[in-house]
Amino acid sequence: MTKFTKILAGLLALALAGGAIAAGADMGETQKQATNWTAIVMFAIFVGGTLFITKWAASQTKTAADFYTGGGGITGFQNGLAIAGDYMSAASFLGISGLVFANGFDGLIFSIGWLVGWPVITFLMAERLRNLGKFTFADVASYRFAQTPVRIFAASASLVIVAFYMIAQMVGAGQLIKVLFGMEYLYAEILVGSVMMMYVLFGGMTATTWVQIIKACMLLAGATFMAVSVLLQFGFSPEALFAKAVEVHSKHDALMSPGALIKDPVSAISVGMALMFGTAGLPHILMRFFTVPNAKEARKSVAWATTWIGYFYILTFIIGFGAITNLIQNPTDFYVGGELAKGLKGGGNMAAVHLAKAVGGDLFLGFISAVAFATILAVVAGLTLSGASAVSHDLYASVFAKGCSSESELRVSKITTVCLGVLAVVLGIAFEKENVAYMVMLAFVIACSSNFPVLFMSVLWKNCTTRGAVVGGFVGLASAVILTIGSASVWEAVMHNPKGSAWFPYNSAAIFSMTAAFVTIWLVSILDNSAQAQKERALYPAQQLRSETGLGASGASGH
Amino acid sequence: MQNVLDRITANPKFLEFVAMRSKYSIIMAIISASAYYGFILLVAFDKEFLATKMGAGMVTSIGVPIGVGVIAFTILLTWIYVRRANSEFDAINESIIKEAQK
Repeated sequence: MTKFTKILAGLLALALAGGAIAAGADMGETQKQATNWTAIVMFAIFVGGTLFITKWAASQTKTAADFYTGGGGITGFQNGLAIAGDYMSAASFLGISGLVFANGFDGLIFSIGWLVGWPVITFLMAERLRNLGKFTFADVASYRFAQTPVRIFAASASLVIVAFYMIAQMVGAGQLIKVLFGMEYLYAEILVGSVMMMYVLFGGMTATTWVQIIKACMLLAGATFMAVSVLLQFGFSPEALFAKAVEVHSKHDALMSPGALIKDPVSAISVGMALMFGTAGLPHILMRFFTVPNAKEARKSVAWATTWIGYFYILTFIIGFGAITNLIQNPTDFYVGGELAKGLKGGGNMAAVHLAKAVGGDLFLGFISAVAFATILAVVAGLTLSGASAVSHDLYASVFAKGCSSESELRVSKITTVCLGVLAVVLGIAFEKENVAYMVMLAFVIACSSNFPVLFMSVLWKNCTTRGAVVGGFVGLASAVILTIGSASVWEAVMHNPKGSAWFPYNSAAIFSMTAAFVTIWLVSILDNSAQAQKERALYPAQQLRSETGLGASGASGH
Repeated sequence: MQNVLDRITANPKFLEFVAMRSKYSIIMAIISASAYYGFILLVAFDKEFLATKMGAGMVTSIGVPIGVGVIAFTILLTWIYVRRANSEFDAINESIIKEAQK
């Protein structure tokens, strides 16, 4: 443990200033630490176990339907855990607990933002998605529309979202492996890329779901253990915990009140919109609604997912405060050179990892490190599967080779998986030295400005037409990307323009790009009087019947 | 099958049911959004209020239970909706379908 080196000065500042962006998936640049064999062995056990499951899943994965949905037999409870697993990324575990460690209350504001998208999905989307869709959300969006344009739009938006989300995860994996396992950046890319490819390639959705469930259980169990250990130190009195934290932390009482996280109300609302509606547009989350047998189970999945995610965020808050009380008083073990001023070993995001050692010793430290890394692996597998289905189901089977057999569709999805896996590794390596802090937030902004408005309007608004959906969706996609480029997190932090030169003044583009998408869909649709538009409007009652009752829904039985 | 579908579409109970359920879900969505934005606006405009101590001599600020409360409320709201949708709404749905299949 002597080889710990200085953290990069910017890391903590980034976590503080970046707002929603920092807790996305960014680990900042890290320094390689001493090899942690316990963690490596535990991670190897995890990979071994999950590959064994993949072998079983492979025997269950024979058709394209098995590949995309795991045969549709996953229960609401299991699916809820899998969705929660997709959402509880390494960044939300390490990033949010690190944020609480540095700022206290502000970390809580943050986690609440990441939770509020779930009720929207539950109330407005879950059952309609399940009733109308088969394999991808494009099935839903294109239900009564012209297949080719809507599918091309949906696949492009999905692939762009997957790409940004994936780069952030791959770079995060590389940075984490240096601190957690003491291995080289490059190993992480190859390891994550190849193991993830095995899950998806052989086990399809069945393996991807079970990997996610196992990881979610491990993460929840580990985080619970840490939170309980912390509370135990204070006789289960949060007041005593906070009192001690306020006493030892350099910010003292400011820990208990909101700080500078929210700069201006427009940014606050805009970030809130991205988180709230972006979740309902993320392809790797949406695809999970097709793995359950019916609308009832789809609703249960989101209720369970919301429960686990909410519980998890409460735990991270306790963990962050526990890190304050446990680590600050023991600088020799946890701080660079044993000095508080030099920051935590491995960087500000390592608060939870160090706390693991403080409360559970080296063995538990190994466990938490392995879980944190496994988290990235599982999330990347889900992303790859959703990217592969966008290509094989939406582009290949529905546009370029209409009426192709299930076998050839499955073959294309596997080829795409390999391509995406290789691409992920290449991008992960290419972006090693880049600042990727904005990417997860950008994925959310694109999701809430393209996929979400198109889904929402096509399912709930009778007069929506193909033209409106496609034009509006692309307007949302383009404006989300362009405005984000103009914001300080890209214009200044990535493109190195002088400070203050960013021409888009807010943290998030969502409030503008999402509005632009909705207005365009509405305007283009009402101006569309083509024969095709008339036909599509006439199809609305039939679509509504299926979306509301589930009659004729794919995989539904008993009617 | 087409007959069944036509009968459901023509059934005033069906449209009434869909309208009622949509209204319920939109109201629930508005409640959860208001809880969140209410909290965010407090953070933006009234930091002092959130920093108020829970009691004399206490360290815990009122913001902590409010924040945790927003999380708990979000979870609770989701379960209330799912409970009702999975029992009451599904039963009405089922009866409308049965009626049309007669």
